[in-house]
Amino acid sequence: MYNGINMSQIFVLDQDKAKDFYVNTLGLEVANDLDLGFMRWLTVCVPGQKGRDILLEKPGPPAMDEATTEKVRELVTKGATGFTLGLTTDNIKKTFETLKGRGVEFTQEPTTHFYGTDIGIRDPFGNNIRIVQLAEVMGKPDQPPVKLKV
Amino acid sequence: MSRAVEELNRRMLRARDAIDRAYAQPLDIQELARLANVSDAHFIRTFRATFGETPHRYLQRRRVERAMFKLCETQRSITDVCLDVGFNSLGTFSRTFREVVGVSPSEYRDRAEVKAVPSCFTMAYMRPSSFGEATSRSGT
Repeated sequence: MYNGINMSQIFVLDQDKAKDFYVNTLGLEVANDLDLGFMRWLTVCVPGQKGRDILLEKPGPPAMDEATTEKVRELVTKGATGFTLGLTTDNIKKTFETLKGRGVEFTQEPTTHFYGTDIGIRDPFGNNIRIVQLAEVMGKPDQPPVKLKV
Repeated sequence: MSRAVEELNRRMLRARDAIDRAYAQPLDIQELARLANVSDAHFIRTFRATFGETPHRYLQRRRVERAMFKLCETQRSITDVCLDVGFNSLGTFSRTFREVVGVSPSEYRDRAEVKAVPSCFTMAYMRPSSFGEATSRSGT
């Protein structure tokens, strides 16, 4: 039925700040930045991977009323948006050092698990982002992993 | 909600992340208050207002969650797990564990099945709730 994921979404509270963080700090690139009138369509992607975009969406009218907007903003700032984004890297140590040098907030420093070594960071608003260097047993990022034993 | 409250939430989240990063260390309220940019006197109250429980209770449940993980995934003795996650006494560990999870650490280990989910997920999602998880507990 499906053959891929082309879009996912993260709520951000300020799109200029978000663009600066996701591009200049995290190292993604802008895929689209369009003024649609009713909203700013701002998407980023892993460099060279256009077609698999992350929408950096600002909650607010006309999509939602003021009270709902406030609730969404509260959830984001309390870190209650769950597992927002997972990225893969082929060098977690270097990625960690680079991000550390750029002043990123870490929720977890490099930790090795059976599936690989990962770190956890927060975006400026409170969203949780995880970055992993997958272990060989997990296969390549764009291929299905080896089935986990239950 | 005012923007000031959002700012405060975000700073409290920074302090909560610091608790998670150093869960085996003693709670350093002064340092956490500094991170969150609130006074020592306000920190505990503000944390509770933001996340629904005191920083002490939050840390205890984080430690219990890490203990649950280690009991399942490692062969370490219960005393070692207790010390690994930051409890100084086996008595406090066992009591807190039972209070939160509903069974003792050894019963938990006996019943445990290894879960095939990424362990980061376990840490993020499986922190045992103090909002009513331990069904065998009576009262609060």
